[in-house]
Amino acid sequence: MPSQVTYKLYGLLQRPRVMQASTSLSPTNVSEREAFAEAGGAAIAPLVAVDGLEVAFATARGQVKAVDGVTWAVRPGETMALVGESGSGKSVSALALMRLLGRPAGRIVGGRITFDGRDLLSLSESEMRALRGRALAMIFQEPMTSLNPILSIGLQIMEPLRVHLGMNEAAARSRAAELLRLVGIPDAERRLDQFPHQFSGGMRQRVMIAIGLACDPKLLIADEPTTALDVTIQAQILELMKDLSRRLGITLILITHNLGIVARYADRVAVMYAGRVVEEGPAGALFAAPRHPYTIGLLRSVPRLDQPRRGRLATIEGAPPNLLAPPEGCRFAPRCPYRIAACAIDPPLREIGDDRRSACHRVAEIANGLAGDADAATLPAAVGVARPLLEIRGLTKHFRVKVGGIVGGSAMVRAVQDVSFSIDAGRTLGLVGESGCGKTTVGRTILRLEDATAGQVLFEGEDLVTVSRSRMNRLRTDIQVIFQDPYSSLNPRMTVGTIVAEPLRVYGKVRSREEARARTATLLEQVGLLPDMAERYPHQLSGGQRQRVGIARALAMEPKFIVCDEPVSALDVSIQGQIINLLDELQQRLGLTYLFIAHDLAVVRHISHRIVVMYLGRIMEMAERDALYEKPFHPYTRALLDAAPIPDPVVERGRASRALTGELPSPLAPPSGCVFHTRCPLATAECKATIPPLREVAPGRFAACIKV
Amino acid sequence: MTDLASPARPAARPAYRPRSRVVTFVTMQPLGTAGLAIILLMAFAGIFAEWVSPYDPVINDFVAMLSPPSLEHPLGTDAFGRDILSRLIYGARTALAIGFISSFVGCTLGAAVGIASAYFGGRTDLLIQRFLEILLSFPIIVLALVVVAILGRNLVLGIDVNLICAIAVPIVPRVARVIRSSALSIREMPYIDAARAAGYSAPRIIFRHMAPNVSAPYLIMLTAYVAQAILLEASLSFLGLGVSEPLPAWGLMLSGSSSDFYREAPWMILFPGLAISLAVFAFNLFGDSLRDWLDPRLKT
Repeated sequence: MPSQVTYKLYGLLQRPRVMQASTSLSPTNVSEREAFAEAGGAAIAPLVAVDGLEVAFATARGQVKAVDGVTWAVRPGETMALVGESGSGKSVSALALMRLLGRPAGRIVGGRITFDGRDLLSLSESEMRALRGRALAMIFQEPMTSLNPILSIGLQIMEPLRVHLGMNEAAARSRAAELLRLVGIPDAERRLDQFPHQFSGGMRQRVMIAIGLACDPKLLIADEPTTALDVTIQAQILELMKDLSRRLGITLILITHNLGIVARYADRVAVMYAGRVVEEGPAGALFAAPRHPYTIGLLRSVPRLDQPRRGRLATIEGAPPNLLAPPEGCRFAPRCPYRIAACAIDPPLREIGDDRRSACHRVAEIANGLAGDADAATLPAAVGVARPLLEIRGLTKHFRVKVGGIVGGSAMVRAVQDVSFSIDAGRTLGLVGESGCGKTTVGRTILRLEDATAGQVLFEGEDLVTVSRSRMNRLRTDIQVIFQDPYSSLNPRMTVGTIVAEPLRVYGKVRSREEARARTATLLEQVGLLPDMAERYPHQLSGGQRQRVGIARALAMEPKFIVCDEPVSALDVSIQGQIINLLDELQQRLGLTYLFIAHDLAVVRHISHRIVVMYLGRIMEMAERDALYEKPFHPYTRALLDAAPIPDPVVERGRASRALTGELPSPLAPPSGCVFHTRCPLATAECKATIPPLREVAPGRFAACIKV
Repeated sequence: MTDLASPARPAARPAYRPRSRVVTFVTMQPLGTAGLAIILLMAFAGIFAEWVSPYDPVINDFVAMLSPPSLEHPLGTDAFGRDILSRLIYGARTALAIGFISSFVGCTLGAAVGIASAYFGGRTDLLIQRFLEILLSFPIIVLALVVVAILGRNLVLGIDVNLICAIAVPIVPRVARVIRSSALSIREMPYIDAARAAGYSAPRIIFRHMAPNVSAPYLIMLTAYVAQAILLEASLSFLGLGVSEPLPAWGLMLSGSSSDFYREAPWMILFPGLAISLAVFAFNLFGDSLRDWLDPRLKT
């Protein structure tokens, strides 16, 4: 979807338009921003005002109102965050603002959008085109696909300059180089002639920002700009956007589902649910005292990096409504713990003082503490004697990849290099790291989806690397897997019942059809699904329900050990909490052992007993959960923890931004010595020369750093 | 299939009487039903040709040579005075039998080879692909000629089984290439990893998990190659290796002497051509509907 839109954008930009040139980078609206700050924000007319916006999509099964009466406004110079889960209408309202809705399916059927005093909905397409890329710019989620792969970076940055500002080649080129330097890309002159594939994901997103800023826009819309990036790169990009919008006085609309990012960067927040804004207000007040049950639930359902682990995560039960048939009255009522009879009437979004608005009938009661504090149930202590179930010794996995064409040679990717750890029965080991650090490969090697290059994987004393194929197949009933993507990990052509019952039949765990059906029903109930869902196909389920099916399939084998490969990272925040709680419960009930692979440090903190941090195929640090989060030893662990935003503006304001500099090196050519030395703030010449061994720096704590 | 949709409306369940699959297919896929109707009509005409056709298709009538469409000969006659309508009706037999069977055999074999090649990968894939490339390097007609020349004739129920083989063989590598490319992307899907992690056997993964997911390109090629097969059969017949004169076959009617008379007697080319087009059109309509019908994602 984003890529199609970009394409459209480029198509439109291709028609040359001659406009008044204004080549300077100097911010035109800085003065506005200062005025805003002086006036305390209240008196300034909004730059963008969306009033009662309704967007409808025609689908085969009827009309869906993806955005249904949304109202919000952004004042000049502010950073406004649109927060919500997938399908809440946050991206659609931004696309409507740009008038870039996919036609003919999507239509604006009601409301007004005012930008800088002009009614955007009454503009002709050509007037709108003159605004897009000039006064309104947009950055998309997927930096890998939003740049055209066959045009050079320079050409793509120069295009809006030539189209909108009528610059000549030379002026556009020097401005493009200036823009690249502005977004922190070194060696700008040379890089202008390079192509998107020569840039990393984070660099491409910087290029997208440069294109967005090219014509010095008044408003920049960033649609999940860092969702596809690693946490240390995410911090760099967000810091850059914040810094530039402050310096150039650009108003920023940030669309995101990550509450931590909102807390760190937004001035105002609009929380969306099922096509409506349920709460809106200044970020500080909204996080400190949310005034809508959905906001309260959302804030409670995310695991926190800055707080010790509580028992269960508080979750919002159920799933967002189907917008084909939205519920009568309050749309959140079916999932709301504070539902009363009055909720059958649709609550309007109304002023509740202090520049805040909420759409809840019981807002006064909520202000008086209806919701109470989140329950602080403590975690039951792990019982039983620790006995390693799985032990990995010196695991190494190299991939040979082709480089160059037919005549090119091959190169070695050292995906996993000398990794050793063990997991005690009934516990969870969290394996954290950025993309390309080898964490998934470790999981796949344990499952023998990949063959190890060297090392041992001892499962109850048996080496999985060398056991025969038939023995491995027998062991597979003990070792199961849950995948990241609930959309592609279930065969679309099979019903849920067939998917769950298949292992039962293949391994002869059931004798008859009736027995299989009964067992499937039990398994589905165990993961919180209704037994009659067995007859449905995966596409008829929501993301969370599909992930539950994936868990039921793994449980069907009655395994002892489950590799959870990013099992919640593709899910919405409120669903994520449900799945984490389910995994927790199953572990306690069935005594399961988990290897929990993830990139989200807060989630890992919540679920794991012991944590391993990996970087470029090697273990950096290994420790018990609480010890690691309280006092990380390795500089990389520290950097990871610093980069992860925390959903609390007060905490965020107190933190120094210490984003790691530099890019993730290619695993094809890892740095010499300590693989982290290229980005490490403590690195010295010695780090380049010697590979630091993983050594015990404190009882039970291991780190691979000579400086510790 | 219909009862699968019912859990979405559990309240309606007690009163819910599943309609037969045929009825749902007809209501949901009207175009496909039209295609199927044409195919069935042709099949009926072919099977009961003796009773349906007005004339004997091989008897020459020199009085009526090259006569234009009239009440006596609705589609006219050919250079030997044979009734074109009757020849078309008899020709449906060969066209459908050889066209459909050889396309089915070729595509199914090709799909099996393609999926296996993609699933096993590595050296197996390399060997299979190089072998297929050798087959691809021969022009279709030459390859078919070689097969016919080696195998000779083998009539079963009046249909030349070896002719079917000859037409199916060149289809195999072409289909295998396309199916392999779709299967390659399916092999990377996590649900295949899940099946491997569950320790299922290779045939089970190939046939239960991968094959249903490549049915869309398979069905499209199956229907497209029916037309190719009818034309290939005509070419072979023209070279004297397929069906031979005076046996009626659509392809044969298009080629040969009819092209000499396209000015004087255009109906000689027009009607067999229309028959082939209609058959292909019907197979395509039916194939498209079948693809949608078999995809659970397009039904709710």
